[in-house]
Amino acid sequence: MVKTVRETIKFIVKDHLLKFNGLAFGQCLTAVGWVGGTLPELYEKEGMIELATSDVSNGGIVVGAGLMNKRPIYIIRYQGFNWYNCPMIINYACKSKEIWKVPCPIFIRSIGMEGGIGPVAGSSHHSLYYRMPGIKIASPMTPKEYLSVYKKFMKDDNVYYISEHRKSYDNSLELKDILNYNRLDIIIFAISITRFESLKAKKILNKKGIKVGIANILWLKPLKIKKLWLQALIKSKSGGIVIDDDYEDGVAKNIANDLSILSGKKIYTMGLKNRTAGFHSKVDNLPPSSTEISKKIFKILRFNLSKKK
Amino acid sequence: MKINKYELDVFKKASLCRNFELEVCNNLENNNIKFPVYLSAGQEYISASIAVIINNLNVEPLIFAQHRCHSVYLSFGGNIVSLIDELLGKKTGCTYGMGGSASIHSLKINMYGHDGHMGTQVPIAVGACFSSKKPTVVFIGDSAAEEDYVLAALGWASTKNLPIVFIVEDNNLSILTKKKVRRNWNIHDVAKSFKMKAFEIEDDSNQILNYQSFFFKKPLLLNIKTNRIFWHAGAGQDPGKKFDRYSDKLNKIGDQAFQIDKNNKKKIKKLWLKQLEKQ
Repeated sequence: MVKTVRETIKFIVKDHLLKFNGLAFGQCLTAVGWVGGTLPELYEKEGMIELATSDVSNGGIVVGAGLMNKRPIYIIRYQGFNWYNCPMIINYACKSKEIWKVPCPIFIRSIGMEGGIGPVAGSSHHSLYYRMPGIKIASPMTPKEYLSVYKKFMKDDNVYYISEHRKSYDNSLELKDILNYNRLDIIIFAISITRFESLKAKKILNKKGIKVGIANILWLKPLKIKKLWLQALIKSKSGGIVIDDDYEDGVAKNIANDLSILSGKKIYTMGLKNRTAGFHSKVDNLPPSSTEISKKIFKILRFNLSKKK
Repeated sequence: MKINKYELDVFKKASLCRNFELEVCNNLENNNIKFPVYLSAGQEYISASIAVIINNLNVEPLIFAQHRCHSVYLSFGGNIVSLIDELLGKKTGCTYGMGGSASIHSLKINMYGHDGHMGTQVPIAVGACFSSKKPTVVFIGDSAAEEDYVLAALGWASTKNLPIVFIVEDNNLSILTKKKVRRNWNIHDVAKSFKMKAFEIEDDSNQILNYQSFFFKKPLLLNIKTNRIFWHAGAGQDPGKKFDRYSDKLNKIGDQAFQIDKNNKKKIKKLWLKQLEKQ
């Protein structure tokens, strides 16, 4: 039977606790729903550790478990809660190997979602961690991707930030790069949940005769740029666009800069708009939709065309 | 004065710490040390007493501290030359030349480094204690005790009934701001409200010894009043005369103590000179 992302995560957590004697920490883990159905129904005696409602200290408690090489999984139910959870992870766990030669591996399951949940709980916040050394960041959206990231973590001794998204939990399909045209008009480099909307945008644009490529960014840090991406970028008519579920002034612009330097092409960006999200749909700040992506690409291509004329 | 083995063992450790810090002070003034240094002179009787008690209990605890931790490191048997090298920024230092004065680390004595945010060692120690089930001792200052994450971590340590000892070295100062300006509560009262055993005492080794029966059975917090000799950072001194536990014990113990003090002074000076010559 084909597994969804949700089932894959649940399987991984169960194995981590029961097979590898690991620990999973978080707030309200054993509540109804078990964090979107991604947790097995286990309790403290099996390693599922309920923390107090103290974002400021909980990150430190997990770091302590990391120092003892328990390879803790830390579940942060909304990525925005990292504002209070990340300081000790970033400033201690991520630096521990470099300063004290003591690895402090932690697998942070940081969960993004959006739509009516306001200025903190909404969207992805991987940019918070991105600027600091000693962290690896991945945003798996498929079952195989998730499993590959976890397996890598188990062979590694670094801190991993997993930028999850609730809307990917039902997905059971693998998403492949689509770079099969000889000369593309533009290539979308999509991150997190925007990968699904990017696919829809590609269909809209294809209908208008625009050749769009799709490159799926799984590893944000270290950024893994595939040879094929660069070859396609260099051959492309109008470069690329990085699309993210975090604010545009963050990871997206960093990656765009890296891609631009390597390819010599213009790389545009899209992400959350530079404003605070409210709760009502009229004032929300959602990741770029397929319509918005296709409009932006259309505008880029039209502008480039007019410049050539 | 007749002195028992415990008192003598504590004095020996305290003397090592005091003379080490005085020599660091000399090296600061001679510009041999090039970064901020946080001297623990004046407060060494706390770590010396705690280390002797724990040693007598035959326990090898996980140790967490923050800045002003040279005495913690030395009291628990940290290598002196490695600490000198650390303060000289050498790769042979106990923290590989990365830790400076504030982030002393040595796995040989189970002492974990500090990241620079005051009090973060408390939640980290609580997490380490919880997941390893190992006895753990954490040193903080009266200022770090005000950090919100410290308070929350105390609560969780109590909830989980961990074998952990929190030592608050209470010198009544945050840089130069006194405790009464910063808060109207006591950390031992807060700990008690978290259902922990908690006491406020002086940095006298005999007073500290009275609480050894509580060590590592359940969470314990000792707020120990003390005086620092030097400023928050560097070799400057606070104005006014303060009670100095070390001098008090030196005079009370007498000849034997003066001899230990003299020997330590000589030993430390020699070690510093040797390491400086290697520069």
